[in-house]
This record gives sequence, structure tokens and C-alpha cells, in this order.
Amino acid sequence: MSADTARGDGPRQGGRPAVAPAPPTRAVADRPGGAPLDRRRWGAFPPVVVLVVLALAAAAAVVLFMTVGARGPWSFVLEFRSKKVIGMSLVGVAVASSTVLFQTVTSNRILTPSIMGFDSLYVLVTTVLVYFLGSARFVSLDPKLLFVAEALVMAGAAMALFYALFFAGRRSLHSLVLSGLVLGVMLRSLTNLLQRVMDPLEFAVLQDASFASFNTFDGALLLPAGVVVAASLAYVWRLRYKLDVLALGRDMAVNLGLDYRAVVMRVFFVITVLVSVSTALVGPVAFLGLLVANAAYALVRSYQHRFVLPAASLLAVITLVAGQTLLERVFGLGTSLSIIVDFVGGTLFVYLLLRGMVR
Amino acid sequence: MISVRNVSKSYGDTVVLDDVSCEIPRSGITALIGPNGAGKSTLLSIVGRLLKPDAGEVTVDGEPLERLRPDECARRISVLKQDNHLSVRLSVQDLVTFGRYPYTRGRPTLEDRRHVETALEYLELADLRHRFLDQLSGGQRQRAFVAMVLCQDTDYVLLDEPLASLDMRHAVAMMKRLRRVTDELGKAVVVVIHDINFAATYADRIVAMKDGKVLQVGGVDEVMTPDALGAIYDVDVQVERFGGKPIGIYYG
Repeated sequence: MSADTARGDGPRQGGRPAVAPAPPTRAVADRPGGAPLDRRRWGAFPPVVVLVVLALAAAAAVVLFMTVGARGPWSFVLEFRSKKVIGMSLVGVAVASSTVLFQTVTSNRILTPSIMGFDSLYVLVTTVLVYFLGSARFVSLDPKLLFVAEALVMAGAAMALFYALFFAGRRSLHSLVLSGLVLGVMLRSLTNLLQRVMDPLEFAVLQDASFASFNTFDGALLLPAGVVVAASLAYVWRLRYKLDVLALGRDMAVNLGLDYRAVVMRVFFVITVLVSVSTALVGPVAFLGLLVANAAYALVRSYQHRFVLPAASLLAVITLVAGQTLLERVFGLGTSLSIIVDFVGGTLFVYLLLRGMVR
Repeated sequence: MISVRNVSKSYGDTVVLDDVSCEIPRSGITALIGPNGAGKSTLLSIVGRLLKPDAGEVTVDGEPLERLRPDECARRISVLKQDNHLSVRLSVQDLVTFGRYPYTRGRPTLEDRRHVETALEYLELADLRHRFLDQLSGGQRQRAFVAMVLCQDTDYVLLDEPLASLDMRHAVAMMKRLRRVTDELGKAVVVVIHDINFAATYADRIVAMKDGKVLQVGGVDEVMTPDALGAIYDVDVQVERFGGKPIGIYYG
């Protein structure tokens, strides 16, 4: 709940008495971002400063990850670790951007593609593949081919899902959440059914393939994934001002002359591509997007996507790279990074839900 | 002039607009009145292209709404719905600047800053410009949204119940501002309004609707008669003249 400082001009909604008189509005110079300072809260730095700090932090995390505890020839260490760093960065940027885009289109701050059951879709696709091909054929498949196939199936299914949920339905957030959750349960049940009737040996292969792991990146996938993510981001950057308008909700966006339907479908397409790439690379990471997107809104304190998108992406890179460094060097790989991220992110999710209810 | 020709709209089996035709002139305040469920808001949304009609056509200055490009439309007609909940946190100035989007596509120039200043000044928001919307009272927030559509600098401004959450003092102030906007800036303002006496005092024309049909169109004196009002609201209304304006009395 924000500090409510409205004064006696106009009726108060909800009958709460105006408690604190507002502090006198300080003369605040117009800044290029158009975002005025709100000095009563911490973290009120201009968005550009926040971005620079985050970029430095991300660079530091990468350097640490590449160098700490290196034993053996540098050429080997650097090559081995740079693959991991590139993989984690791709995943981080894809997850962060897709989450921010999704939250903009749906005008909410709680839902993310993964909470809507996208991971279930991925696990189902993998399960179906293992089930019908058999584990031997599945393992011997060309990883690049598998990657492309899975990404395509994901993108197709996700687009259909988005379309059905967003345009065929009533567009209410509640029905969207509910359908998403129900759909997630349905996909999981289907997956369970297939896994039950599956050979235990094949199940083990499947288990291995469908859990998020930042330890094993297939080097061959990095180049195609990188190209796809870069192309998506370039496209998103062109849409950045439209996204600002989109976040105001449908009616306002239409009033301001946005070709609403067309823009929404384009953004959904980018989201599905990004989600597909990241899930195909590492598997489901449920709460990472939620975590970094909300951290980005809180730090940048601007509605503008040209600040929010890079900030969320950098935060995701920092979380993954720094987290993995800690995990490998300090905790000796005792646990998996995705478990920690999901724990923190899940706690935040519950907090956001509760706070939403209080409102 | 905006012409509405044979427009129909239904939700499922419920007919909300039934073959509606009317015209909105290029100037003055037009008040849309009528009982709840008459179709006022739906008509406003269709003219403001937020809803598509099932049948019929709306033209702006002779051109069909459907054939205009979305950004072209946004430079001619602006529309503000009744509930405007935002999930993003915006300051008053940010919100009002969005009104320039149809012209700037996100990069306001000095010229656009002037439009923002004018809009802030007309709605008396200059002092509140750096406040966030969630730090404002209902009335102030309402003013900020009206300032945004004003900043859009369109020939036609459509407002759905701009007085809804305002008390007497602020309702009067809002209508006076709208009057100033029409008189000084030469805009045509269409307001959905529930209080017939506000319509009688500030509007130039009244369009009265009932059960999805237009019942009466005309100047204030034509619509503000006991017979006409009785037919619209199914209530006995006395009409007295007060300060040269007809005032309806319907409280008992």
C-alpha cells in the first residue's frame, strides 16, 4: 500500500480519512525520462543510473564467475565457463523480457508465462516425444533438431493458447488466471498419465531432460538460441513506446490510436518465441521472471519499457550468474539454482497475492 | 459532424442498441441522458471505436470510422470511459503526456509540452503534476484523465459520466471547465450524464435514450419538458425555469 497523501480536494474514496498532509511538492526539475523523483522512498535514482549500476553488477558477476577458483589452463577454463555464462545470460534475458511483456499485455504484475502453465506444456511435449519415440531414439536425436522442433511446437501451442484465452474469452484477468491454472493442471495430468504408463528406464531419461539445470548447456544450441533471442529483442525495442501505451489497458490504448489487436498478437508471438527458447535451453524456471520483473519495477520506478526491459534482463543475468557462482564456489553444488530461485520467487508470489487481496 | 446510422448492438440475447441513428454537431456540448441500461455508454463506446457495432455505421466528417487508420482516429476523436484503473504507476504529467501519443509516438517535442501545459492548466492540475495517480483523490484523478484526452487535441471529446465520482462542488467545477473547453478551444464535447439539471444548465443539445433507442434529440428547451422527461424516465417531472434555464424537479 503506497503512502496515500491525497488532500481534501475532492471526495475521498472508501471513506478513509486523509491522515497525513502531503509534504510540500518540491520543485523537481524535468528529467529526460519524464519520471519525477519520489524522494520519500529509497531507490529513487534516475532510471539511467539504475541501469548503469545494474550493468556494472552484471559485468562483475560475469568476471567473478569466469575467474574464481580456476584451476588448470586458462584457455580451457574460459572456454568452458563462457559457454555457461552465455547460456545463462540468454535464458535470463529471455525469461525477464517475456515476463515483462506478458505483464504489460495482461495489465498485471502477478502473472507470468510460467505461472500460466507454459512449463507444463514443455514437459508435456518432451514426455510425448520420449513416449512415442522411445528413450533410445530420443537420446540419439540431433539436439539442434530437437531444440528447433520443441521450440516450434511450444510456439504453436502457446500462440493458440494465448489467442483462445485472450480474445475468445472475456478478457478479464480473473478468467485468464483461472483458465491458465486449469489448463496447467490438465497438461500436468496428461503428462502424468503418459509417465505412469511409461517404461521406468525411459522415465529416468525424461526426468533428466525436463528439469532446469544451469550446469549443462549444449554448446551447439547457443548460437541458434542467441540469434533468435537477439532478433526478438531487436523487434521488442522497436515496439518500446507502443508497449508503454499497451500497459495502460485496452480502452486507453485504442483511444490513443494503437492498432490494439495487431500489436497484442505481435507481442504474444515474441513472448512465445522467448519462452520456447528459454525452456528448450534449460527447462522450466518457474519464478525467475516474476522475481526480476517486480524487482525491476521497484528499482527503475518508471513506466517506460526502454528502462524496465533492460533492467529486468540485467537483474536476471545477475541473479543467474552470481547465484551459480555462489552455488558452485561457496556451497559446492549442494543444491540446484532453480530451486533457490523458485523458493525466493515463490515467496514473492505469495506476498504479491496477499498484498493484492488487501487492496 | 459525427453521424450514427442505424447502429445496433446486442450482447447475447439482450439488445443494447436497436437501430440507433443520430448526429453530433462539430461544436458545443451534447449531453447523452436516459435511464440506466438505455445504451448511452454503449453508444459512446461505439462512436469512440472501443466497441464494434453489430450493424450500422458511424461516420466522422463524412468518413466511415472503420476506414480511418487507428492513429488518424485518435487525432479526431478521444474517448474516456468511466472506470480507468491503471496497473502502471504514473504521475499526472506522465498520464497527460500520453495524450500526445497519437502525434509523437512516444517522443514529445516542445510543441507537445505546450499542449500538456495547456491541458494541465485547463483542468487546474499544474500544482499536482508530479504527484502519482495513486496519491490523488477520486476527483483529482478524474481531472487528470480528462486532461489526458483534452491533450489529445481532438475535434470530438467523448466522456462517459465524468461527474460520476464527484461531489456537488467538483461536479460544477468540472462542467464549467468543459464549458470553457468547448467555448475557448472550439471542441465538441459529448458527455453521458445522469443529472438532467446539469445537462440543462451546461449543455447545448440533449440526446435522450431509452431501451436502446434514441427518444428525443434537440436543444435544451425542447427536451426539458414534463412530457418528454416523463416519457424518458417514467417519472413525473415538473419543469421550472430558474435563472433562464429549465430545471427538472422529480424528487416527489
